[in-house]
Amino acid sequence: MKPARFDYVRASTLTEAHAVLAAERADASVIAGGQTLVPLLSMRMARPSVLVDVMHLSELAGIAIEDQTIRVGAGVRQAELLAWPALAKRQPLLALALPWVGHAQTRARGTVCGSVALADPSAEIPLALVALEGDVELSSTQGKRRVGAADFFNGLMSTARRDEELIEAVRFPCRRGGHGYAFREFARRHGDFAIVACAAVAGGTRTRLAVGGVADRPIAHDVGELEDEALTEALATFAAGLDAQDDLHATADYRRALVRKLGRETILEARRCRA
Amino acid sequence: MPRLSAETRHRIRIEVNGKPVEGEAEPRMLLTDFLRHVLGMTGTHVGCEHGVCGACTVQIDGALARACLSLAVQADGAHIRTVEGLEPEPGRLSILQEAFRRHHALQCGFCTPGILMSLDWYLRHNPSPAEAELREFLSGHLCRCTGYVPIIAAALDAAKRLREATHA
Repeated sequence: MKPARFDYVRASTLTEAHAVLAAERADASVIAGGQTLVPLLSMRMARPSVLVDVMHLSELAGIAIEDQTIRVGAGVRQAELLAWPALAKRQPLLALALPWVGHAQTRARGTVCGSVALADPSAEIPLALVALEGDVELSSTQGKRRVGAADFFNGLMSTARRDEELIEAVRFPCRRGGHGYAFREFARRHGDFAIVACAAVAGGTRTRLAVGGVADRPIAHDVGELEDEALTEALATFAAGLDAQDDLHATADYRRALVRKLGRETILEARRCRA
Repeated sequence: MPRLSAETRHRIRIEVNGKPVEGEAEPRMLLTDFLRHVLGMTGTHVGCEHGVCGACTVQIDGALARACLSLAVQADGAHIRTVEGLEPEPGRLSILQEAFRRHHALQCGFCTPGILMSLDWYLRHNPSPAEAELREFLSGHLCRCTGYVPIIAAALDAAKRLREATHA
C-alpha cells in the first residue's frame, strides 16, 4: 500500500506543466487534490514516472461566470465550489449534487476537474456535467480546445483527454429562466459511490434525464413532455437499453429498476421546480 | 520548482501545530508516513491507507485532509495541525477531548485522532450543529467500537460547552 517511485514537479507555470506532459505523455500524471490519484498510486493501479502538481498555478484557480457558464478552474476544490455564495442561484443542480460527492473530509481536498478527469461512471460531477451539457477546456503545447461533456466521457474511466493535455477548467451552463433542476441518488451509506444517481433538467419542451452508476459513463436521455403512462414506458425503454453491469453492490436489473423509479422522481421534481 | 527525482530524498519544510519542522522524503512518501516515521509524531493513525476510514485526518492550511491521500512533497510549505496540537497546554485536554472522555466516545482509540481533528474543524465552523448534520459529517469516519452514539453525544456536549466558553 505504498506508491511505486515517481519524480515530482510542482509546476510554477502552465507552460512548465504542458512541457512535462508533452515530453512524457502517458508516463506523466497530473495531480491536483489527489483524492483519487493517491489511492490509485498506493494500490499501484497507477504507476506514472512523474507527477505534475498543478495546485500552485494561479491560472487554474478560481470560479468565474463566463458566457452564461460557471467556469471552474482545475485548482478549485469541491468544497470551494460548494461554498461559492452564488452557486444555488447560478446553477441549482450543482448545489444539489455536490454534497453527495465523497465526504466533507475529501471534498476539502478533491477538485472538481479531478473528478471529471477520473471519469468514474458513478461520480456525481461528471453526471452533472453531462446533464447540463457543459464542456471541458483542454490545453497542451499544441493549443487549446473545448470538448462537450457527451463527447468527453468515452467509457469506464476513459475520456477524450489526450496524453499531453491538461484539463484547465470545466464549464457548467448557468441556470436558465423557466428551467427546473433536480438530483437524486441511491447509495448504501452517505458518501459511498452511487449505486444509481439521477440528474434532471426540465425546460421548454425538453426534460433531460442523466443517469450515473449504471452504464460505463453518465448517459442522458430526453423524455420531452411525456407524462404518466407514456413517461413510465419511455423510462422502461431507456433503462432496458442501458448497458448495466452486475457487481458486488447491486445487480444490473436492480440498477435498471432504480433508473425507472428514481428517474421518474427526479424528472417530476425538476418539472415542479421550473422557475 | 526543479524536478524532484524519485530516487532521492528531498528536504520538506512544514509547520506542524505552529512549530516549523523539517525532514527528508522521497516524492512517493505519504504525509502519514512523513508525520509518523520522519517526524516521530505518531498521534496521526494509519488505518485503510486509501482515504476511506478517516483515522489519518489532519488539517492542512485550515482545511480537513486525509494525510494518507497527501504526499509529503505536496505539503511542503503548508501549515499542518495534528491531534498533538489539540491540547491547550501540556497535560490539559481540550473541551472536545474532555467531552470524548466523559461520554466514553472511544474504546480502542484507533479512529479517535481523525475524528477529533474533523470535529475540531467542524465545531469551529458550525458552532450549533444539529444531530443529523453531525451524523452526516461523521460518515467520513469509521469507528468499529462505539456504534457512534457516544461520539455524537460527546460532539453535541462539546459544542454546547464551546458556545458557553465563547460567551463567558
